[in-house]
Amino acid sequence: MDIPFLFQTMKTLLAAVPMTLALFSLSVLFGGLLALLVVWMRVGGNPVLSRFARGYIFVFRGSPLLIQMFLVFYGLGQFGFIRHSFVWPALREPFVCAVLSLALCTAGYTAEIFRFGLRAVPPREIEAARAIGMSGFLLVRRIIAPIAFRHALPAYSTEIVMMVKSTALASLVTVWEVTGVAQRLISQTYRTMEVFLCAAIIYLVLNFLILQAMALLEHRLSPHRRAAAPLVPGSLPVSR
Amino acid sequence: MASATRLSVRNIHKSFGTHEVLRGISLDAHDGDVISLLGASGSGKSTFLRCINLLEVADRGEIVVDGERIEMVTKNGRNVPASRKQVDRIRAELGMVFQSFNLWSHMTILDNVIEGPLHVLKRPRAECIAEAEALLEKVGIAEKRHAYPAHLSGGQQQRAAIARALAMKPKVMLFDEPTSALDPELVGEVLRVMRSLAEEGMTMLVVTHEMSFARNVSNRVIFMRSGEIDSDGTPEELFGKGGSPAFRQFIGTFGS
Repeated sequence: MDIPFLFQTMKTLLAAVPMTLALFSLSVLFGGLLALLVVWMRVGGNPVLSRFARGYIFVFRGSPLLIQMFLVFYGLGQFGFIRHSFVWPALREPFVCAVLSLALCTAGYTAEIFRFGLRAVPPREIEAARAIGMSGFLLVRRIIAPIAFRHALPAYSTEIVMMVKSTALASLVTVWEVTGVAQRLISQTYRTMEVFLCAAIIYLVLNFLILQAMALLEHRLSPHRRAAAPLVPGSLPVSR
Repeated sequence: MASATRLSVRNIHKSFGTHEVLRGISLDAHDGDVISLLGASGSGKSTFLRCINLLEVADRGEIVVDGERIEMVTKNGRNVPASRKQVDRIRAELGMVFQSFNLWSHMTILDNVIEGPLHVLKRPRAECIAEAEALLEKVGIAEKRHAYPAHLSGGQQQRAAIARALAMKPKVMLFDEPTSALDPELVGEVLRVMRSLAEEGMTMLVVTHEMSFARNVSNRVIFMRSGEIDSDGTPEELFGKGGSPAFRQFIGTFGS
């Protein structure tokens, strides 16, 4: 085993991790916000918006992310009104295109995940909130969203891990993230196995950390689903 | 002088599809009244209670809470509240206790109790906590304040739900079969709390199957049958000689 080569490869690939993390965090952030908008349209009660949201979810879940990314990167420039608009300087950037298509795609999946979370909110608990005078945004913010988010969290963790892996596709629109840099190294050294192995280890470590964080969050948010905490000194004994 | 009218309901009608559940119910509750609503299942008593705080919207009729009339308008041929703000305000003045408690499962008991005063009434947190702790003390579950609803017995959960409703300082308390979901041995602890509330002068409307409560705690009993008020009177009148034949038959099924 060529330890110095592996060490050198790891070093080069690690330098690309900030780019991978930037793609990941920005697309999860914007995708999440967009998902909130889509799920609001989907369940908000307006039939036109609801149909639009259904269509959005179908298109972005039903077609390959790579093709979506190519359409954004190579396709948008063909429209004169986009090329001449103020967004063009941004859309010319491969990084912006990659984040945009990753966010658009994850929003479709995340909207469905959030919708299932919403469906799991017990109507009785919503009724209890209405009965004390809550409605509208207050009801959503205090009761519906916290319960829905807890239900959605396991599926959402899976989606987030998928997003880390999906950032690899950005290499195909010339963004130099971990996979892109790995491919460049391979074309220089022809040592496919070692380089991709190093890249895979980086993704595994990233996802391990993210999954740990999500598990911690889930644990913190669900004390009500665990058995009652052991008695702390000074508290009264349990009756019955 | 007669005491103030806390709640006045006039001629409430409600249908679900073609089934007419309420056929013109009227009722006045004065300060300190404890009114038991009795009736077989399907007689409309729960629907009536839910119409009062607009969890169900009546098709016709008038509701006045502490002198304030709930404004209704007709929209697409249906009777709907004119102002969501007014509905929210009225609901905040009516405490509701549900058959299955309906506590917020992701919050501790204390958080359940302070939620309304803190976020709906927007009162200072320290005050809300102090009052909530006093209320939990009063219903006898102060030591459970940091527990979650799932960790409590049904009776404890219902007492927490009563404390949650009381934290809003309601003008009228509505109880929708508060002991029907409880194991028999837990019914007593909830009834004791309701009894002490009644003795403190809280105005209460109680849909119940607990004949002892109707008889001994309430000062008025209303027996509903097929969406109408069949009998209305003091417990002495109804449980004595004044009850209708239908009421006699109904209480007969309880073996009393």
